[in-house]
Formats: sequence, structure tokens, C-alpha cells
Amino acid sequence: MDVGISILVWLVLSIVLVFMLLTGFAYTTLLERRVIARFQSRVGPNRAGPQGLLQPLADGVKLIFKEEIIPASADKVTFILAPLLAVIPAIVVFAVIPFGSSIELFGVKVPLTLAPNMNVGILYVLAITSVSVYGIVLAGWASNSKYSMLGGLRSSAQMISYELAMGLSLVALVVVAGTLDLNAIVEQQKQVWYFFLQPFGAIIFMITALAEVNRAPFDMPEAEQELTSGYNTEYSGMKFALFYMAEYIKMIVISALSVTFFFGGYREPLPLFLTQALPFLSVDHTPLLGPLYFGLKIIALLIVQVWVRATLPRFRYDRLMKFGWLVLLPISLAWVMITALVVLLRG
Amino acid sequence: MLNLEIIIFGALALITVVAAVMMIIARNAVHSALFLVVVMSSLAVFFLGLWAPFIAMVQVALYAGAIMVLFLFVIMLLGAERAGARLLLAWQAPLAIGLTVLVVLLGALLLLNTAPFEVVDLPAAEITEGTAEAIGQALYSVWLFPFEAVSILLLVAMIGAVVMTRQETRQEARDERKKKSL
Repeated sequence: MDVGISILVWLVLSIVLVFMLLTGFAYTTLLERRVIARFQSRVGPNRAGPQGLLQPLADGVKLIFKEEIIPASADKVTFILAPLLAVIPAIVVFAVIPFGSSIELFGVKVPLTLAPNMNVGILYVLAITSVSVYGIVLAGWASNSKYSMLGGLRSSAQMISYELAMGLSLVALVVVAGTLDLNAIVEQQKQVWYFFLQPFGAIIFMITALAEVNRAPFDMPEAEQELTSGYNTEYSGMKFALFYMAEYIKMIVISALSVTFFFGGYREPLPLFLTQALPFLSVDHTPLLGPLYFGLKIIALLIVQVWVRATLPRFRYDRLMKFGWLVLLPISLAWVMITALVVLLRG
Repeated sequence: MLNLEIIIFGALALITVVAAVMMIIARNAVHSALFLVVVMSSLAVFFLGLWAPFIAMVQVALYAGAIMVLFLFVIMLLGAERAGARLLLAWQAPLAIGLTVLVVLLGALLLLNTAPFEVVDLPAAEITEGTAEAIGQALYSVWLFPFEAVSILLLVAMIGAVVMTRQETRQEARDERKKKSL
């Protein structure tokens, strides 16, 4: 493929992807509010547009017209930088996630990933997650307020602790898959999802991922009763919206990662006999179905996350730490050893 | 292609050096730490340019991620981020600048006196030394003994840290009991 064409394809894909993520963010907020309302026997926002479909737009307009306040004693540059540092890692993780095999467009074979042959995909994901703590920590520090500071410190301690178990759950996956390339991992799940081969790894990954993105029941950094709203207490207007955006894009990202690692990625979520009977439903036959299947699986996991938030109360801070270090870490370590042993014995 | 590479290298090198200098100049420890993060991340991009993706990712995950977050954590917890307005050790700055200029000049002289490097353009498929597989193979075969030795060294350091903090808490517990009995 010509270098010019590949750069063009790359550019178009990136723009489409970012646009999809931003729309996804807007409608994830609506999804969460509506689904949680259902769980609590309420109706939820349904006034703006049919079924409340224009609600995210109204929220956005409201936030744009809000006054931007920077506290007088804040560290100005860091205060402005922090929301950006929160959003950017959330978006760039998507560079390695495959959302389809490859499609033929105007005679050019277009792989539906930004980095198709990157054999360090999982390491890239871990690297970006380890950097994503900066946004929250710096927001807490730069605000120069006690609530924000405590929220920031809590979140950094929490993210560092849970990163270990998360990394180990992925180690077990890599031992089975024998590759760090996300595309290859998806293709290997053609017959059996890794969720069935790696049940503990998958569950630990999903729990720790929830903790990494500070979602309920691990939303200690923004525990309202104790910290007002934690690291983003002093933020307003669009800067506050950026933190919100980071949180919801991260929700989408961890759903996409769970799907890619353990639920067959963009492969069809159908039993084998069905795709044999109706071959046009298979991604191999119609590659355009790949992104559709992928999107549906992501939405399913997003609803699970909202479900968890509606069901479980928040952890107490010391129990959160104990759970991470004394329960998740030993289990994931043992799981890595068991997996390695089984792989070794099977040759 | 080579020109593009040189442009990218030049821009990155400029960012790295400026960030490194700012890290030393900054009067606020948190800002220093952030500039160090910039240096680490741009080093990772250099590794990518050298076809060493594994080291690039580890550089970001370990240095820019884990280690620098711990640095920041400690700086914030101690509240030691603001240095005084007055410069202590004011004689250090001119000395440091002088020494830096000297070292750079010496390095340039050395480079000018050695034979120019030979630039070889290898096809991407042939560069396999930097991949995760190659590094794993090397670590667990040729370098197995040093690798295990380093692991044990790190383990010893970790256990040492745990023991030291525990002793402190024991002392505190004893003090606590004394206070109660009094």
C-alpha cells in the first residue's frame, strides 16, 4: 500500500474513531441515567427530545455557558492541564483495539484498527493506564483544596494498588494466547471465548478495571459524603465536563478491552452451528458486521457496569485497600501459576 | 524517509532537552516531576523510532507511570513541593553551566575526531532484536542468572522496607501501651 494512502486511511479512521467516542460518551451518560432510573423505579430524563434523546445535547449547551472558575490559590497551568491529561489517555487507548477485521473500500484493503501489526498491544494498554492517573492526581493537587487533595491521593493509591492485579490477570491471558497482539487474541477466540478458558482472569480484570476508572463501587476519589466530590470539587464549566468525559470514555474503554480480551472482540457472538447454517452472519463472510457486533457487546458491558453501580454500595477505604492487596492480588498470582502449569503440562 | 526521521528526531530531541533543563530550573517540585515525565515519555518515543517497541512501552509503564506517580505521591504527601523563594547554594548554577558547556564541547570534539557512523537502512521485518519475544528469549536463556539475581535483590529490598516500617509501628504500639498504663 502506498504511504500516502495509508496515512489518509489512518487519518480518516482516527477522526471517525474520536467522533464515535465523543458521541458514545454523550449517550453513555444518557444510558446510565435512564438505566439507573429503571433500577430505582423512576423514569429518568425523558423531556428533551423523544425518550430524552437530546438530553446530552442540552447538558453540553448548559456546561458551555457555565462560568469557568479558577481558584485564586490554584496552580494555574497545572489546573488547566489536569482535565486534558485525564481525557487524552482515555482516548488514545483505542489506538490498539481492533473493532473489525479488514474491509475493502474503493479497492483498498482497510484494516479496522489503527495499529494493526503492533505486537505490544497489551503492554501499550498497561502503559496508558499507568499514565492515566496523572489527570486525577494533578487536579487534586492543583486545586489547592483539602477535599480535592484527599480525592487525588486516594485515587492514586487505589489505581497503583489495583494495577498490579489487573496486570497479573492479563499475564495469565498472555500465557494462554502466546501473543501481545490484540488482533491475534481476537482471532484466537473464533471458537471459544477466553472468558470460558480464563474465568478468574476475566472476573479479576473486570473488577480491577472498574477500580482503575474509579467507578462504583470503587468511586472513593469522589465519595460525596466524605469529600464533596473529590478531585473535581473546584472545577466548573467545560473543565468539569472534561473530567466527566474522561470518566465515561474510560467506561467505554474498559468495556471494549474486556470484550477484546475475553468476549471474542468483534467476532460474532453466535454459536458455531448458527454461523455454519447462516454463513452471512459470520464476520469472515461479511466483515462490516464486525464493528456492529463489537458495539453491541460494548453496550451490553456498559449496562452491566451501570447495574453494578445501582446494586452495590461504595467500599470503605481501608476495606478497598485490603480487598485489592489481600484478596485480588493473591488470587491473580495463583491464577497465573495455575495457568502457566496447565499450559506447560499440555505442551 | 530519512529526512522525515531527522525532523522527528530533531523536534523530539529539542522537547527532551528543554524539558530536562526545565526540570532542573523549576522551583516547584511537582513541576519538576512533571517535566521529568515529559523526558521519560519522549525517551519512549525515541525507543519506538529505534524499533524497540517493548522497551518503549516498558519505559512509559514503569518510569512515566509507576515510578513517577510514586514520586508525585511522596512529594504531595510530604507537602515539600515549594522550595523557598531564596536561592540557597547560589554558586552552583554558574558552575553547573560552565561544566555542561565544557562536557558538550569535549563530546563534540571527540565526535569530530572519530570516523562518521555508517547509516544502514534495514527493512522493518529484519529488525527483530527489540521485540518482546526476542527480549523474553534472551532474558530466560542467556541472561537467566543475572535476571534471577536482580529479582532476588529487589525482593530483599522490598522485604527490608516492610520490616523497617513494621518495626516503627511496633515501637509506636509500645509507646501507646505505656501511655495507657501511665
